[in-house]
Amino acid sequence: MPVLTYRQALNEALREEMNRDESVFCLGEEIGRFGGSYRVTEGLLDEFGPERILATPISELGIIGLATGAAMTGLRPVAEIMTINFIMVGMDQLVNNAAKIPYMFGGEAQVPIVVRTPSGAGHQLTAQHSQVLEVWFAYVPGMYVVAPSTPADAKGLLKTCIRDNNPILFVENVLLYNDKGEVPDGEHIVPLGKAAIRREGDDVTIVSYSRMVNVALQAADALADDGISAEVIDLRSLRPLDMDTVLASVRKTNHAMIVHEGWRKYGAGAEIAAQIQELAFDYLDHPVQRVTGAEVPLPYAQSLEAAALPQLEFVVDGARTMVGKR
Amino acid sequence: MVQEARTDRGSALSLPRPEEAYRDMLRVRHVAEKAYELFLKNYIHGTMHLGVGQEAVAVGVAATLKSGDYTLGTYRGHNHVVARGAPLDACFGELFGREIGLCKGKGGSMHLTSVEHGCLGSYAIVGAHLPIACGTAWSARLLGTDSVTSCFFGDGATNIGAFHEALNLAAVWKLPVIFVCENNLYMEYTPIANVTAVPRPAADRASAYGLESIVVDGNDIEAVYNVAAKAVQRARAGEGPSLIEALTYRQRGHSRTDPGRYRPSEEVAEWLERDPVTSFARRLENAGWTLDELARIEEAVVAEVEEAAERALASPPPGPEELFTDVFCGSNTSWRN
Repeated sequence: MPVLTYRQALNEALREEMNRDESVFCLGEEIGRFGGSYRVTEGLLDEFGPERILATPISELGIIGLATGAAMTGLRPVAEIMTINFIMVGMDQLVNNAAKIPYMFGGEAQVPIVVRTPSGAGHQLTAQHSQVLEVWFAYVPGMYVVAPSTPADAKGLLKTCIRDNNPILFVENVLLYNDKGEVPDGEHIVPLGKAAIRREGDDVTIVSYSRMVNVALQAADALADDGISAEVIDLRSLRPLDMDTVLASVRKTNHAMIVHEGWRKYGAGAEIAAQIQELAFDYLDHPVQRVTGAEVPLPYAQSLEAAALPQLEFVVDGARTMVGKR
Repeated sequence: MVQEARTDRGSALSLPRPEEAYRDMLRVRHVAEKAYELFLKNYIHGTMHLGVGQEAVAVGVAATLKSGDYTLGTYRGHNHVVARGAPLDACFGELFGREIGLCKGKGGSMHLTSVEHGCLGSYAIVGAHLPIACGTAWSARLLGTDSVTSCFFGDGATNIGAFHEALNLAAVWKLPVIFVCENNLYMEYTPIANVTAVPRPAADRASAYGLESIVVDGNDIEAVYNVAAKAVQRARAGEGPSLIEALTYRQRGHSRTDPGRYRPSEEVAEWLERDPVTSFARRLENAGWTLDELARIEEAVVAEVEEAAERALASPPPGPEELFTDVFCGSNTSWRN
C-alpha cells in the first residue's frame, strides 16, 4: 500500500473526487498557484483550471456564503478556510445559513458543502492562530464535524464528506500534515459516524480525535509497560458522534478518559462524559476523566505553549490513578 | 379583436405585459393586506415584516426574469416570492404554520422559499444572503447555464460586511447577478441617512466595486423594469453584476409591533400619494384601460387571495413527526456500493 503524508492524502482525495464528479470545485485563499497555506491543493490548479480551483480574496464570509449558494444550485464546493481561527468571520454563513437552510426551507434545498480547515496549536503561532474551535460547530444541528487523525482517514473521510449532502466542517490538524501512513489507492471510503478502535484494551478506555489520538496511543504504550491495557478510540467525527463504540468499550473496561486539545469547559469531553454517565453509569468504576488543553489563549514561548497542550503524562497518570495502579 | 386592442394600448408602456404586471402587483399588495388582517386576528404569530408600498420593485424585477433564474430575498420577502409566482395558498400556509406551507410550516414569514419558482430562500440575517447569491451565480458559470440571480435587500444591509464582500466577489468574477437594494429610507426604526456616510447607501458604493451607480424610482414599475431588464441582459451576456438602488417606501412599520410613529406625517403622506399600485393603475388608465376593467382585475385578485387564505386555513398544522425531518439531508449513498 502506498505511504503518503496526511497532506498528500488530502490532495489525492480532492484530485480523485474532482475527476470523478465535475460538480466538485475548490475555493479558498491562496489555494491556486500557491497551493494553499498548508499546500493541500498543490498541483490542482494546473490540472483543473482556475474555475474549479478558485482562488479567492481574503473574504471568509464570502467564501462560505458563495459555497452555500453554489451548493444549493447543483455544485459540490470544497471551501478552504486558511485556519480555523479565521472561521469566525464566516461563522454566520455556516451556522445561520448552511446548517439551517434545509430545515427552515422545509427540505426545499440542500447544502452539500465541505469546509476544510486546520485546527490546533504547536507551531508557536500564538493566541489568534492556534485555537481548537470545532466543538462550536458540533453543537449545531444541521452540520457535521469530521476530524481525521491518520492519512488513510484523511483521504477516506474527505472523499465521503464531498459525497455527503450536508454541510460539513472538515477539521485538519496543523501538526498532522507531515505524518505518514499507508493510504489505500483509488476508491477508499470511510463511512461517517463510525469511530475507529485504534488499539484494543481491557482496563481503560481513552476516547480522542484528531492529533490527540496520537497522544492517547503513546500513553497506551506507556501504560502497557505498567501492565495496564488501554483501549484507544478515535471518534473521527464529533457529529455524528459514535457513542455506541464508546459505550461498548466503557462497558468492557469500566474506566473512561477523554483526551482533546480544546479547552475543557463545555468542550467535547463534557458532552461525551455526560453521555457515558447517562448511558453506562452502572458500568463505571471511577468518575470519567478529562485531559484537555489549558484554558488560556495560546502563548508564544515554546515552554508556555507546550505547557498549554494536553500532556502525555497527564493521560498516563490519570489512567493509572483510575485503575488504581500508581 | 379584444386581444389586439389591448396590445395596442399596452404599447405605450415599456412593460411587455402590463396587465399581468398590474395583476401581480395587486396580488402582492392583497396578500400583504390579508396577512395583516389575519395577523390581527391571531392566525399569524411570531413576527411579520410587510413590504406594502414596495411592490413595484419586486414585480418590476420579476417581470425581467425567466424560469431558471434565481431570486433571493429577506425577511421582508413576501413580495418577491409572490412576484415569482409561488402559489398563494402555500404562502399563506407558511404564514399560518400549516402543513400546506411552502416550508412545511418550519420557516414562517421570514423564510418563504419556493425552489420550483426560482426562490432560493428568504433570509433573516441582514445582508447574509448576498454572498449566497454570488454562489447561485457561480453555479450558472460553472454549469454553463444562462441563469441570472436577483438578490433583494434593504438599505440597512449596505452597512454590513457581507454586502461588501459579495459585491467584490461578484464584480471581480463578473458574476451573473443583479443586486437590488430596496431603499425604503429606514434601516429598522432609524433613518438610513443617520447611519450612512453617503446619501445613496447602495449606489454611492457601486464605484468602489467598479460598478455603475444606478438609482431608480422604486415606486415606478416601468422605471424598475427598464433598469432591471438592462441589468439582466448584461448578466446573461456575461458582462457581470449590477447594483440597483430602488428608492421606495415602507408604508408600514418595520415589523408587526411597529406602528412607525417615528416617521414625519408629511413624509408618510407624500409617499402614500406616490403609492406604486395606484400610480400604475393611473398609468394603465391613461394607456386605455377603463376604470371598470381595472376594478374587475382587482376584484378577481381579491377573490383569489381570499380563496388561497381559506385553503391554507383548512390545512392542518404539521404533525410532531415533522420536528426532526430535514435537519440532515438524506445523503447520496451510492458510494457505499
